[in-house]
Amino acid sequence: MIGAEFVPLSLPPLLIGTFAAVACALPGNFLLLRRQALIGDAISHVVLPGIVVAFLLTGAISTWPMMLGAAGASVVAVALIEAIRRLGRIEPGAAMGVVFTTMFAAGVLLLEQTDTSTVHLDVEHALYGNLESLIWLDAIGWSSLWDPVALAGLPPELPRMALALLGVGLFVTVFWRPLKISTFDEGFAQAVGIATGPLGLALVVTAAIAAVAAFDAVGSIIVIAMFICPPASARMMTDQLEVQVGWSAIFATLSAILGYVLAGYGPLLIGLNDAVSAAGMIATVSGVILAICARFGPCRTRAGAPSGIS
Amino acid sequence: MLDLICENGDVQTQDGLWADSPLAIRGLTVTYGQKPAVFSVDMTVAAGQMTAIIGPNGAGKSTLLKAALGIIPSVSGRVKVFGADLAQQRARIAYVPQRASVDWDFPTRVIDVVLMGLYREVGLMARIRGQHRARAQACLERVGMQDFANRQIGQLSGGQQQRVFLARALAQAADLYLLDEPFAGVDAATEKAIISVLKSLREAGKTVVVVHHDLATVRDYFDNVFLINTRKIAEGPVETTFTADTLQEAYGGRLAATQVDQLQAVVG
Repeated sequence: MIGAEFVPLSLPPLLIGTFAAVACALPGNFLLLRRQALIGDAISHVVLPGIVVAFLLTGAISTWPMMLGAAGASVVAVALIEAIRRLGRIEPGAAMGVVFTTMFAAGVLLLEQTDTSTVHLDVEHALYGNLESLIWLDAIGWSSLWDPVALAGLPPELPRMALALLGVGLFVTVFWRPLKISTFDEGFAQAVGIATGPLGLALVVTAAIAAVAAFDAVGSIIVIAMFICPPASARMMTDQLEVQVGWSAIFATLSAILGYVLAGYGPLLIGLNDAVSAAGMIATVSGVILAICARFGPCRTRAGAPSGIS
Repeated sequence: MLDLICENGDVQTQDGLWADSPLAIRGLTVTYGQKPAVFSVDMTVAAGQMTAIIGPNGAGKSTLLKAALGIIPSVSGRVKVFGADLAQQRARIAYVPQRASVDWDFPTRVIDVVLMGLYREVGLMARIRGQHRARAQACLERVGMQDFANRQIGQLSGGQQQRVFLARALAQAADLYLLDEPFAGVDAATEKAIISVLKSLREAGKTVVVVHHDLATVRDYFDNVFLINTRKIAEGPVETTFTADTLQEAYGGRLAATQVDQLQAVVG
């Protein structure tokens, strides 16, 4: 892999994939421990009506209105989930199930009832994104990284995903202590004056931002996988939250890089001609990592689990 | 919060204890759905003493405590902590939730849980320093858990978990300690350790309020009792308030035969 080929063709998708994976994995740690890991799945479903409505309003497939529509739909979904959970006094998983299937159905209905069916809003695009097509044609080699003219031609998904990762990282860093305390013991957190309601909402909104940005760049498969697989793998590697978050970032990065490389070169190695979907392969690698950790991780046993079961 | 006009509405203005009490509650009502869990309860905790909140299961003991701290919403009522609003006095309150209310599989160590008690002091971003760790370690020593500082919390027994919760409350260096069922499901050694720490807090002039379920130990452990069964039944010193009459009123027909025997032994 010489720079002249690597930098324009492989570097941007690798970076975008990595940023997307880490941006989803970071809040995923807290969602997992709060038993809300399904929210990544929920968000990737509910963005559909948001995207369709944005398209209907603007009449064009352009990124910003769609991201705004997706973000708006996420916020509506979060509010609905909270409302149903509190008014109906049911567990969050059930509330999520009701909201995200309904909103996804509404999105499909909108798509079918309006004339959007003619444009390119299809299942494959939504699931796998198009990571491989995010290339940087203005680059001629490593030197382009210092060339402002070439940098201007970067795929816009790259700075956008980097910004989302920065935002997520900042949120987790600044609110680390309240997040940790309220995730462990909500009653105590409230007693010491932590606004657990708004904080929990902020966590979900942060996750939604990461999900929507990643959804736009790499499709929903990565979003769903990265909210759950790296944090769940990391949980089995350590009994300390600080270390767990570090492991989840490592696993997310590893999945993105290994998945991208395997998708591009794996089929060639076994004698096939076509490359497979990078997003799908990244999700697969994260699943394999989870399986390995579930079998060999040092902290697999639950406290209080019956002895003899490992 | 709405104000409720209580039956003895004059108490709010004329009761001198309202201003001085570490925890004064007036007309507190909490509902779950349509059913009141706590109805128009007044409580005035005596400073520098140990008070037990007792009543049958589902009588609203924990609910009263949580609503007073704003952890669950109340329909009506007022709460004063050392004569001021709760929001201004949070630093003076240490709250120990029920042990079973948290997930002990959470990935953290004993010392980190105790350090959570220093959250108000350390704040959002400031570094945890050596002096903070030393203080957390000293709190663990007071509950006899100094050797467990680096243990994962999931490896502790129920009694050890309860002691870690108490150590976290000690780290808060509060003036008012509110404990929800600290003796539930703990071993005898832990119960002894906890009560001796609570008594030492009282000796240091702190106020201790405990949601308690073991009627047999009320006389030994506490100065005051607060009996509740959705409504307040009685409140006052153990000698005068913890009687067969008030207990009968609080527990009604719900007292099991074994408990009645126990009661006879306790109150005579």
